[in-house]
Amino acid sequence: MDAQAKLYEIPKARAIRRRHRRLPAWTVSWLQILPLTAILSLMFALPTALFLAVSFFDYDRTGIYPAFLLDNYREVFTSSSTLRVYGSTLKFTLVVWAITLFLGFNIAHFLIFHVRNGKVRIVLFLLCAIPFFTSAIIRTIAWIPFLGRSGAFNQALMGLHLTTHPLDFLLFSDFSVVVAYVHLYTPLMIGPIANSLSKIDRSLIEAARDAGASRWQTMANVIIPLSKTGIALGSILVMTQVMGDYFIVRQMSGGQSASIVSALSTEIQAMQYPPAAANAMVLVVIVAVMVGCLMRVVDIRKELVK
Amino acid sequence: MVDRHPRQNPIDARPWTFYALGMLFALYMLFLYGPMLVIYTLSFQGPNGGVTFPIVDPSLDWFRDVWRKGQMADIPAAFSRSMALASVVSFLTVLISVAGGLAFRRPFRGGGVVFYIAISSLVMPSLLVGFGIGLGFQFLGLQPSLFTSALGAQLTWTLPFGLVTMFAVVNRFDRSWEEAASDLGATPFQRLRYVTVPILLPGILGVALSAFTLSYDEYARTTLTIGARNTLPLEIYALISSQTTPMLFALGTLTTAVSFLLIGTTLLFLVQTQQRRQWHRGPDVEPVGAWTRDTTSNL
Repeated sequence: MDAQAKLYEIPKARAIRRRHRRLPAWTVSWLQILPLTAILSLMFALPTALFLAVSFFDYDRTGIYPAFLLDNYREVFTSSSTLRVYGSTLKFTLVVWAITLFLGFNIAHFLIFHVRNGKVRIVLFLLCAIPFFTSAIIRTIAWIPFLGRSGAFNQALMGLHLTTHPLDFLLFSDFSVVVAYVHLYTPLMIGPIANSLSKIDRSLIEAARDAGASRWQTMANVIIPLSKTGIALGSILVMTQVMGDYFIVRQMSGGQSASIVSALSTEIQAMQYPPAAANAMVLVVIVAVMVGCLMRVVDIRKELVK
Repeated sequence: MVDRHPRQNPIDARPWTFYALGMLFALYMLFLYGPMLVIYTLSFQGPNGGVTFPIVDPSLDWFRDVWRKGQMADIPAAFSRSMALASVVSFLTVLISVAGGLAFRRPFRGGGVVFYIAISSLVMPSLLVGFGIGLGFQFLGLQPSLFTSALGAQLTWTLPFGLVTMFAVVNRFDRSWEEAASDLGATPFQRLRYVTVPILLPGILGVALSAFTLSYDEYARTTLTIGARNTLPLEIYALISSQTTPMLFALGTLTTAVSFLLIGTTLLFLVQTQQRRQWHRGPDVEPVGAWTRDTTSNL
């Protein structure tokens, strides 16, 4: 008997004994999931509960004091500057969602249905995916020398005589904020939608064709409904990323715009933890409602865990 | 393939949508890589050049500047902290999320709760996770540090990410392989070591790579949990407001190069594994499609 065979060989009696001693299935599952549950409880659930509690606390310049006050929440809902920041974040979320959905769906559709060579598809797909795994900070500030007043884009426009003056709205404006968001988050849309599209049975599309459906009818009645899992998943990822951002909005608007989280981080820096926590809770509820609505469209759990 | 009309020659017949979408894709690539190429180029700016074109006397001066220990930042030290943290995060994420992915292969009591906690942790605004952990440490009178609070904060992001990736990986895992191993008398450990893990290896590597790169570039969850000594992204974040020289671009080029190197190495390894398996197994029905789905699910 050679070494390899020995490695795999087990006396039959021992194997049978082991089988009798085997742990029940649910115990095995729980042992496997326990580390994940423990870490997420300790580092995510518990801290969240903590700032929920802190959002009712009292505070002054020197510290925070346990209490049950609704003042912090009242402040969030009555301060007009806070409400303006909420409005602005929701506006960015909506605009970025619409653009990334359009781009993401069309690019995923191109990759899955139009690119016929499997190897080419993988390469193109990787080209879309790789930037996601590089630094978001660097990818954001990369726009500054590109869009600036004397930046590459303005220089190119003037070189082509398309404009005589450099365009000012390109950088440090709402425009540049949206550009940076779209740049960062479109891959989050492409991935899940491409995943859904690749699972569509091609014969369904051929059947629609044969039944006389036009290209648009096939798209509206077959492809889009069958890719709604990917659309919902991509939407959740993009929307939550935009709602949680504080760096891009500050950097790309040149400090002119704020987001909910950037306002909140200013409060944290000023050690005003209770109002920051109240703000955070309101944001968490908004995000939860949004994700909840999208989860009603598709049962993500059933789609992911088969 | 969808748009292939039955009566037309299937090879030549490209519908107009192909060209329109192809154009969109090309423009998107330009949009995705254009600004990055601009900063890579500008990092070779000469010592007297500015942060925009033209490039005056191309040089490597700004790269040297990155190495120099300035008053504002110590880049090499921040880089080594980032690498150390990313390695630990990647190792733990693989261990814990692979185990988690295996657990979810059969329904179990409480599975739903765990699933929704993981999803919540994934969609939670990142800074708030750090805020909560920072508050907790403050209440307990602990100092936040790299391998306690910062590690925990990053795991709340990489673990659910790894778990969701593992769902896609184990979905395509044929359990009859495991049953066959057991029937042949393998112990549970042997079954895991010689059957389950090797088959899942490409997916596991995907989890390791994503966890590493996500941790290496993470700033929103780390900023309130890191304590006094910054990781590289936080050091860059601090530099942005003070530094207006091409040094920032050189730094961006270097840190992106590190990411590209890691991604490239992993992909090369995956391609080799795939080819070796192909060679052992003979021509497969559709290895490419499966691989695409693997990569897709990593997003």
